[in-house]
Amino acid sequence: MATPTPASAPPRPAPAGLIARALSGDVAWSFRHSWSARISALVLLILFAAAILAPWLANQNPYDIGELSLFDSELPPAWAEGGDARYWLGTDTLARDVYSSILYGLRLSLIVGFASVALAAVVGISLGLLGGFVGGIVDAAIMRFADVLLSFPTILVALLVNGIMRGALPPAQHQQAAIWVLILAIGLTNWVQYARTVRSSTMVERNKEYVQAARINGVSRAGIMVSHILPNVLGPVLVIATINLGMAVLTEATLSFLGVGMPATQPSLGTLIRIGNEYLFSGIWWVVIFPSVVLVALVLAVNLLGDWLRDALNPKLR
Amino acid sequence: MTDALVQVTGLKKTFDLSRPLINRILDRSGRQVVHAVDGVDFAIPRGQTLSLVGESGCGKSTVAKLLMGLTAPSGGSIRFDGVELAGRPAGSPPETRRRMQMIFQDPYASLNPRWRVARIIGEPMKSYGTHPDPADRRREVDRLLEFVGLSAADGEKFPHEFSGGQRQRISIARAISTKPEFLVCDEPTSALDVSVQAQILNLMRELQRELGLTYLFISHDLAVVNYISDMIGVMYLGRLVELAPAEEIFARPQHPYTRLLLDTIPDIGMKNRDIDRPAGEVPNPITPPLGCHFHPRCPHADARCRSEAPQFLPQGAAQVRCHAVAEGRLSPEPLRKAG
Repeated sequence: MATPTPASAPPRPAPAGLIARALSGDVAWSFRHSWSARISALVLLILFAAAILAPWLANQNPYDIGELSLFDSELPPAWAEGGDARYWLGTDTLARDVYSSILYGLRLSLIVGFASVALAAVVGISLGLLGGFVGGIVDAAIMRFADVLLSFPTILVALLVNGIMRGALPPAQHQQAAIWVLILAIGLTNWVQYARTVRSSTMVERNKEYVQAARINGVSRAGIMVSHILPNVLGPVLVIATINLGMAVLTEATLSFLGVGMPATQPSLGTLIRIGNEYLFSGIWWVVIFPSVVLVALVLAVNLLGDWLRDALNPKLR
Repeated sequence: MTDALVQVTGLKKTFDLSRPLINRILDRSGRQVVHAVDGVDFAIPRGQTLSLVGESGCGKSTVAKLLMGLTAPSGGSIRFDGVELAGRPAGSPPETRRRMQMIFQDPYASLNPRWRVARIIGEPMKSYGTHPDPADRRREVDRLLEFVGLSAADGEKFPHEFSGGQRQRISIARAISTKPEFLVCDEPTSALDVSVQAQILNLMRELQRELGLTYLFISHDLAVVNYISDMIGVMYLGRLVELAPAEEIFARPQHPYTRLLLDTIPDIGMKNRDIDRPAGEVPNPITPPLGCHFHPRCPHADARCRSEAPQFLPQGAAQVRCHAVAEGRLSPEPLRKAG
């Protein structure tokens, strides 16, 4: 008796894990053949190293008023006329070394960026996983809330969260809490993208047979969500997180520029640009230009790397 | 049938495809309900294999899901060794569900791509608590891997490192890890090459002999079914139309639909080819034909078939749902060469 030949399923090489995939041939090959990715990675490596090693690379601690000497204020960069060799990017009106301020500011900007991306990812992944897996009214509530949030500009929501937090805290604690307020404000406005992506992947995964097998074997719903579905929906999250890092750094800079972010005594890159901007028309250009260049380089490098990662991990573009 | 391990009575599953209430009021349309499984009765004696066959969409996979608790039945009863399971979700009650397992159709989708094989096979033992100690569990996984024809070292690999047939072996190892008595096999070979199909079927028969397993085997492939079954149930649009011992079905098919299915098996001699064989498509299950569901395609249909649904009545060794058979209108089939 002859049997009709069944169509054999096409081979689907599934990636073994995030780390294995990151080191797998395709992505590494793509990295070696992408100029923008390699330059971006180099720039980021330098900036990250500078931020981490700031206390050793800086000439002074810009947060320590005792180290400042007002005689050295408003000095131009070392190579310009009237420059001082000790302050090679010049000083601001408070005699703070611009180079040292940038190192410390970069540090703060990156801390806020990474922490708010982590917060947004944790909130977004959890809510997306829950909505996609449970469905029904839970899903509808989460996604409608996300839609409402998305219909406001991110910066407006961040300003709102920021304002509420500042109103809730006693004035004396504003400055110490400024960094946490920023992380919370930026993190809580950026989770929507993660939630949407994870939700749609979860809805695909939850109907697959391996999930049914787990249900048959008495695995709890929480167990299925966390140990079965979560590892299978994390791929796209990496790309979003990378691109979001650039966004978060920019949002922090914008908030600080508007004066609701980091205080002048603890300047981030955005605060430095705001301070410099006030004196730009007095001819003190170096205080605003150098932090701006660093900010642009950072965000551009992160975005280019994110773009590359998105293409490299997209099987349709290989 | 007194020592039936699995007893299914009047099993029903409807899916509500209706549009939202507001649209229905505006369009003055009614509810739309699909009767995916419409009153199915069967019993599987311990150690035997019942196969359900039928075209796609006839409800055979839904029966499998209902048995395992993956969807809740709309009516009827499922008894496993005397325990009523209708209405209980998958995995509950654990002491009974541990004794029933399932092998899935798609060996690429049924194994979590991010889990190592040892963890996949060990999961039921962990969640049902049969091997709570990890080292003990790992030894059992190694033994199971070798039992299904793989090597213990394969436990460290990921599913994508295996071929379809090897993945199905992993699936089988997972299914027998809790020492079940009953296996539901939902088209376990339909995604495999013919040569690999035979290996998997032989493995399943070997398992049945060694472990005394009872199978519910779901397939659209009559050659596979003929090889593995003791009993065969033929489904059409959510109803069993014929249930008989395997050799009976192949030798003396009674229901016109069973005869149609058997005629679709390619036959080199082109014998047994009548001219009045039914043709056509399966009707839309949302609006099934009145009376006997099969009457639009049946060459023997008369006025009664078009108006009155036939009962599932014993006919010799078989049970058949057909007016023509019950009335003796149908000429008996010439004896066929089984297989």
